[in-house]
Amino acid sequence: MASMTGSVDINHVTLTYRSAGGGVLALRDTSLNVPRGEFAAVVGPSGCGKSSLMKIVTGLVPPDSGDIVIFGDRVRGPVKIAGMAFQNPNLLPWRKVIDNVLLPLEIVEPHRRKFRRERQHYRDEAEALLKTVGLDGFSQRFPWELSGGMQQRVSLCRALIHQPALLMLDEPFAALDAFTREELWCVLRDLWQKLGFTVILVTHDLREAAFLADNIHVMSARPGHIVMTKTVDLPRPRDLDICFEPHFTAIVHELRAKIAEVRKP
Amino acid sequence: MSSTLEKLSPWLFTLGIFVLWELVCRIFKVDTFVLPAPSQIFQAVGQYWLPLAKNAFVTLWTTLAGFALAVAFGIVLGIIVGWSRTIYRGLYPVMIGFNSIPKVAVVPILIIWFGIGIVPAVLTAFLISFFPIVVNVATGLASMEPELEDVLRALGAKKLDIMLKVGIPRTQPYLFGSLKVAITLAFVGAVMSETIGANSGLGHLMVQAGSNFQMPLVFACLLGLAVEGIVMYAVFAYVEAYFTGWAFRSSMSAAA
Ligand SMILES: Nc1ncnc2c1ncn2[C@@H]1O[C@H](COP(=O)(O)OP(=O)(O)O)[C@@H](O)[C@H]1O
Ligand SMILES: [Mg+2]
Repeated sequence: MASMTGSVDINHVTLTYRSAGGGVLALRDTSLNVPRGEFAAVVGPSGCGKSSLMKIVTGLVPPDSGDIVIFGDRVRGPVKIAGMAFQNPNLLPWRKVIDNVLLPLEIVEPHRRKFRRERQHYRDEAEALLKTVGLDGFSQRFPWELSGGMQQRVSLCRALIHQPALLMLDEPFAALDAFTREELWCVLRDLWQKLGFTVILVTHDLREAAFLADNIHVMSARPGHIVMTKTVDLPRPRDLDICFEPHFTAIVHELRAKIAEVRKP
Repeated sequence: MSSTLEKLSPWLFTLGIFVLWELVCRIFKVDTFVLPAPSQIFQAVGQYWLPLAKNAFVTLWTTLAGFALAVAFGIVLGIIVGWSRTIYRGLYPVMIGFNSIPKVAVVPILIIWFGIGIVPAVLTAFLISFFPIVVNVATGLASMEPELEDVLRALGAKKLDIMLKVGIPRTQPYLFGSLKVAITLAFVGAVMSETIGANSGLGHLMVQAGSNFQMPLVFACLLGLAVEGIVMYAVFAYVEAYFTGWAFRSSMSAAA
C-alpha cells in the first residue's frame, strides 16, 4: 500500500524509440516532481516527447535509464491505478454511456471481483459522477448521440470512476471548440477540487495550463527535458474571469517566450 | 409515392429484363438451343420442379456447411492472426499465397481424396470462403486504437482482458461485413465443385441437362442459382445491419 504522502518522481529518465531507420531520442535526462494532490501541467512544442513522458510515468513504456517512483512505489510495469484520457475520447460505441464509464471497474482490482455482486452500487456511483460533469440523464445514451464535448466528459468520468490517485491527461481538450474547452476546464477544476487526485496534464494551450495548474513544466524541443518550472501563484478557487487579469496574462507571456526560445534549433 | 416506386423498382427492373428477353427471343426467332426464352425456362421449372428443388436443397446445405466451417475456422484463425503483430506479419504472406491459388485447381485433388460426392463441394465452399473472414477479423483486432489500449493497460488489463472487452466486440462489424461476402464465395465454391464432379446439386443437374441438350433446364438451374444466391446474400446483409447498427451510426458521427 502506498503511503498517504509522497509524490510522483521522475528521475533522470531517458527514452529512445528504436526503429529500422535508427533510433529517435525522445526524452533526455528528464526529471520532474509532482507532489501528491498537485495539479501539474506539462507544456512544450509538438513532438517534444510529452506523450512519451505520459507513457513512461504509467509504465506503458520502460525508460532506457532513470526511474519513476509513484507515491513511494517504483514503477516496473504498467501501473494499475492511473486514469488516462486523451484528445480522442475513445469511447466504445457498442456500450451505453454508463457502461463506458464502468469499464475500468471490470478490470481494476478489487472492483473487478465485486463487480457483478455490487453492480447496483457501482451504477449509482457512475450516475453520480456523470451528474457532477453535467451529464445528468445521459447515462442510457450511446456515445454517438453525444457531442464531442460531452463525449470528452464521459471520457473523464471513465478515467476517474475507480478513484485513481493519479490522473494522466494527454491534450484532452485539444479537439474541442474554444467555448466547450473552457467549459471543460471548469469541469476538470471542480472534479479535481472535489476528489483531490494528482493530475499531470499535457497540453499545448498555455492558457489552459495557467488556468488549471499549480505548477507548469516547460519541455524543450526533442529530445525533451524540462527547461523551466513555473509556479502559478493565482489564488483558488479560480474563476474563468481570472484569464483576463494582468497577472494571468503575464504568466502566459512568460511561458510563451520560453517556448519560443526552446523551439529555436 | 416516389418511395413506393423506389421499393418496387428492383422488381420492375427484373420483370422488364425478362420481358425484353422474351421479346428478343420471339422477334429474332432465337433458337432454343442457343438462348431459351423466359417462358420456356419457366415451363422447364414447372416440369422439373422436383429434381430442381431436391438439387437446390443439396446445393444450399452444402454451401451452408462449408460456410459454417469457414466462419468457425475463420474467427479462430482471425483472432490468432490479430492477436499479435508478430503472428500477423508471419502468417499474412502465407495466407495471401494460399488465397491466390485458384480453387478450381484444388477441386480435382479433393475429388481424388474424398471421391465424387458432397464432401469435395463442402470443402471447396469452405476453402474459398474462409479467407475474407480471417482478414476481416484480424483487421478488426489489429486496428484497435492504441490509446484505448493504453487506457486499459494503465488499469492493469492483461492482453486477454483487452481482447474480451474491446478487441472482440469491435471486430463484430468487420465479421458481419465479411459474412455476406463469404456466403457468396461459399456458394460459388459449392457450385463449382458440383459442376466438376458430384452426383447431386444444382451444378451437377446443370451439367447433366447440358449434356442432354436440355437448354431450358440448364437455364432453369441458372435461375435457381441466382435466386438462391440473392436470398443468401440478403439474409446476411440483413444480419449485418441488424447486429452492427452502432458501427454505422457511430462512424457517421465520428467527427462530432
Ligand atoms: N512508437 C514510436 N516509435 C518511434 N518513434 C516515436 C514513437 N512514439 C513517438 N515517437 C517519436 O518520439 C518523439 C516524441 O513523440 P511524442 O512523445 O508523441 O511527442 P508529443 O506528445 O510531445 O507531441 C516524436 O519525434 C515522435 O516521432
Ligand atoms: Mg502527443
